Amino acid sequence: MTMLFKPVILWTDALIYLLVMVVLAFVWYVRRNEHMLAPWRRVGHSASGMAALTVLVFFIVIGLLDTVHFRPTVENSSNGEKVYSVEVLSLLDVIAAPLRTRVEKTYSAPFAAYLYARETIELLDGGQIREFPRLQFGGAHLQNPEVQLFADVAWRAAAGAALGFLGWCVLVALLGALLARRDNARFLPTLSAIRRGTTEIPWNAVLVTLGLILSLLGAALALSTHYHIFGSDKVGQDVFYQSLKSIRTGLVIGTLTTLMMLPFALLLGIMAGYFRGWVDDVIQYIYTTLSSIPGVLLIAAAVLMMQVYMEAHPELFDTIAARADLRLLFLCIILGVTSWTGLCRLLRGETLKLREMEYIQAAHAFGVSHWRIISRHILPNVMHIVLIATVMDFSGLVLAEAVLSYVGVGVDPSMISFGTMINAARLEMAREPMVWWALLSAFGFMFALVLSANLFADAVQDAFNPRVRTWSLKAGKPQRTGREEDPETKPVAVAVKDSISP
Amino acid sequence: MSPLLQIDNLETILHTGAMPVRAVDGITLQILQGETFALLGESGCGKSMTALSIMRLLPEVGEIIAGSIRIGGEDLLLLPEAAMRNVRGRRISMIFQEPMLSLNPVMTVAEQIGEALQRHFDLRGAAQQQRVLELLNQVGIPDAAHRMTEYPFQFSGGMKQRVMIAMALAGEPELLIADEPTTALDVTIQAQVLELMRGLQQRSNMAILLITHDLGVVAEMAQRVAVMYAGEIVETATREDFFRSPAHPYSRKLFAALPGRAKRRQGLGLEMISGNVPPLSQEFVGCRFADRCDHAWDLCRTTAPGWSVVATGHQVRCHLFNQNSGSRIQDPVKAAETDFQAIPNPKSPLPNSELLRVTDLKVYFPIHKGLMKRVVGHVKAVDGVSLTIARGKTLALVGESGCGKTTVGKGILQLITPTAGSVRYDGLELVGLERKQLREKRAEFQIIFQDPYSSLNPRMRITDIIEEGMNALNIRNNDRTDHAGHQSLSLQGKKVDTLLQRVGLPPETKWRYPHEFSGGQRQRIAIARALAVNPRLLICDEPTSALDVSVQAQILNLLKELQASLGLAYLFITHNISVVEYFADEVAVMYLGRIVEWGSVDEVLGNPKHPYTQALLSAVPVIELNPKREVIRLHGDLPSPANPPAGCHFHPRCRHAMPVCHRTYPGTSTFSATHTARCYLYPQQQDTSTKHEDCCTGASKNSKF
Repeated sequence: MTMLFKPVILWTDALIYLLVMVVLAFVWYVRRNEHMLAPWRRVGHSASGMAALTVLVFFIVIGLLDTVHFRPTVENSSNGEKVYSVEVLSLLDVIAAPLRTRVEKTYSAPFAAYLYARETIELLDGGQIREFPRLQFGGAHLQNPEVQLFADVAWRAAAGAALGFLGWCVLVALLGALLARRDNARFLPTLSAIRRGTTEIPWNAVLVTLGLILSLLGAALALSTHYHIFGSDKVGQDVFYQSLKSIRTGLVIGTLTTLMMLPFALLLGIMAGYFRGWVDDVIQYIYTTLSSIPGVLLIAAAVLMMQVYMEAHPELFDTIAARADLRLLFLCIILGVTSWTGLCRLLRGETLKLREMEYIQAAHAFGVSHWRIISRHILPNVMHIVLIATVMDFSGLVLAEAVLSYVGVGVDPSMISFGTMINAARLEMAREPMVWWALLSAFGFMFALVLSANLFADAVQDAFNPRVRTWSLKAGKPQRTGREEDPETKPVAVAVKDSISP
Repeated sequence: MSPLLQIDNLETILHTGAMPVRAVDGITLQILQGETFALLGESGCGKSMTALSIMRLLPEVGEIIAGSIRIGGEDLLLLPEAAMRNVRGRRISMIFQEPMLSLNPVMTVAEQIGEALQRHFDLRGAAQQQRVLELLNQVGIPDAAHRMTEYPFQFSGGMKQRVMIAMALAGEPELLIADEPTTALDVTIQAQVLELMRGLQQRSNMAILLITHDLGVVAEMAQRVAVMYAGEIVETATREDFFRSPAHPYSRKLFAALPGRAKRRQGLGLEMISGNVPPLSQEFVGCRFADRCDHAWDLCRTTAPGWSVVATGHQVRCHLFNQNSGSRIQDPVKAAETDFQAIPNPKSPLPNSELLRVTDLKVYFPIHKGLMKRVVGHVKAVDGVSLTIARGKTLALVGESGCGKTTVGKGILQLITPTAGSVRYDGLELVGLERKQLREKRAEFQIIFQDPYSSLNPRMRITDIIEEGMNALNIRNNDRTDHAGHQSLSLQGKKVDTLLQRVGLPPETKWRYPHEFSGGQRQRIAIARALAVNPRLLICDEPTSALDVSVQAQILNLLKELQASLGLAYLFITHNISVVEYFADEVAVMYLGRIVEWGSVDEVLGNPKHPYTQALLSAVPVIELNPKREVIRLHGDLPSPANPPAGCHFHPRCRHAMPVCHRTYPGTSTFSATHTARCYLYPQQQDTSTKHEDCCTGASKNSKF
């Protein structure tokens, strides 16, 4: 019995798995420590932060689905052996197989039933006409698209949205029941508390966001089986599918780059601040030099060198995906190498402050070793800066990838990313009639991802930054104590007056 | 006479966290024209919130929910914000605790004062400059015409506070609110500022609301006193009544908690107020002080006491004085005095059992300048300090901030590498030891820091904090356990429990994090951490100066008790003379990196020889009703240790300065086997007879003190 597929773990997959494990371990650790949990609770109290997190979760789920890679088998009848396809697929590819496989000839507009370009069609009687041919898949089920298209799209969208809404209702009910059980409250009052926004975590904001997403998702799913909802690109690929695939690339760049730069920033920044003297001088010299070289230049040079090497050694990669993936990883590394200086400078400053703190002096008085002081006293006390910096950097990195790919030094051309989508759409903007949908959907997805990441980063920053104290003004006003009625107060006030006016 | 300021039932709450904090909970007070009214209380009692409520400058989360604040009959709480701006700075001015933080660093002093003049009197140009100059002269800024165009960083702390006062006076206010105006200043500077405020008040007949926690400042300044506790006023009295016979148990405890020589002589521990100020986020039932009060009975826990009149102008919020409820204790003052607990003085150790000898210790910090960071000079933080500490004894190192006390402590511990000199601990030279060799001796001497909030790592549990030193220094209580790691772990756990109990904390607290403890409790944890490695010498760097009086007493008692039971020697670094009187065996007075006088506590404090010591002691506010002492005012500030004056460092501020003082640093003058000073007023040990003569005249002059 042979397997139907062969799991493939690409380099970035491995690192993402590692990252997920690190995050899970961190969550587990934070849950056990009240003082570390407290700022996360404050994140949980931010309505915009939680709404943004809800959106982010959808992106992350899509990204993770797209990370589980494998190679399906191809039946080889000549010798009866199982042979694995050279094409590497992900779970997302399987789920979105209809989107992936239904490739048109070339451009088609969103919800179109006809191609966007005229073709010469041979009529049955031998004559030729040039007209817009019907699409192979988009709206293929319609007899008479001109008449039926609008009604069909509206009906399917409504049905999908309704289904999504139904799912949302189920979720709301589940959440209400769960909260009611936890707080030993009754179901309906819990629901109304959620609606009024008096719960500790702003569930109403989360649920509104979730409702919107689920309805949109329902509609999109219902429509995408019969239409190209975002149109198709030059080679006829579905743009919706491309947008979904781009999410992983963006997430990988945003997270793995941080992972690459953290060791540099942490180690060098803390060392510079803690040891000072010549260590500080050397490290400062390095990062000042590095940050004065234009980043794009450095990245372009490194990526081009890598590209030349890869092309000279095609035998190193058994699939195209493996090659594209290594190039992505390399891009992460080079971005990481050029972007650690900012965080390093922050950490150096904070360490300079911390090393004069009295608890560190006390540790010196105990003869605690430098390594232990750094790992037990300094590192935990700069983690909030690291966290804020990484969350804030994420969106910047997603945008950087788009810019780099647009310039042509980003990811491999075979890898779908926001940058390559924009790059491909660039030329078509000048066409008449204009092809606008590829650019718009890349922009829309990227905007949603970056905006939610930024909103979440703001919430994290507010919660972790010790200088920004956010008091909740919602706390109820105290009941007036009947002080005026207090019989003892008035006579005394009089007595006091008497006593000071002789 | 109608009061200038009349506050009725003022209630201010802060919307912080889940429960609103009732920072000010129904206070009523009057301030008359031209009087100084002191609001006294520990931190967290709502004193500052009262002041901010009067100014209507509460933080965003603050809200005044009831009451009225009338100044000259006008209710401030009813004024629109625009009208309130005419009150602030004009009718009521305020000076704050931190002079460093209350001036804008990018505006010159004249601009900042001019702002207020322009706002309230529409003074501009030359007239404004003239008025600024007048104000600065009024608050005693020397060379005001030049200094008015300087920036705040060019002024010292005391001068900044003078500028703040000048700014507050610019609007010619009827009421000046001074929120801990001298807490951040040294005693000699504090004396200058207090004198200035007194003088200004007498001249302009301005009322002052003085907010402070310092009984000494109250005794020197106030005409009437209100004691604030947990958001309400518990006692109001005239100064005389208050200091003659404080009525409220809390007030009495505050007095009893003050350290001083008398209490040391009696061999008594300090009166402690157990526990802390209760959190103000709760609804109080009964008396707020009941949990900490020795006289509390059932009534106190169920009914909030109303005002009882003790004498004319002397009210107290306490059931003890309420005739209707039947006073249980006839003479509460006497009753309070019975429950002092006696702490035995440590057994006197062998006379010459010297534990630490520091000889000619110097710590210089290089000043770098220019592109190549050339060393252009040195800050001589410690410039030739010699001292010895005997086993089980306490040496107090006294001096103003910036004189190098803390650097001496760190230099002894080798936390800062000394530039020169020797530190011999139990015969072993510590200076120049390798890190590894030094580590073996680290357990012998430990340090306790001033600020309990920054001395514990906020991310470590108490047990980890205490165990850290034990682990780093491999402290094993029992040799047998070296083989069985598991057993040693549980033993270590037990040791942590014992340590926590020894410093008066329940062992269960060891699983908690520092932020869950109050300042006093944190200081106890810091002591437990130091004790964990069984030291014989503890360097206490101002261990109580960040704490309230009642908590200070707890910590001092604990330290004294530990000295008695463990035979610890202390190097007690402080600027608080009353703590020294209570605590120390010997005193070394430090000025600008050098020790100027040294002797036993009675010799130095009872019969100070060096002019600096005399000035320092006289500047300390004393709780006496009729102080007849002469206060020696020191002029100017501590000179920069980067560029100390030639000759005797003290001569620019000394009123006995002689020509010789400008030239060379004085040698040692010996008064008894233990008492020495460095001053030309006294016969120099190794000096020629000519100098001797004019010193004698100085000495005879000095005998007047």
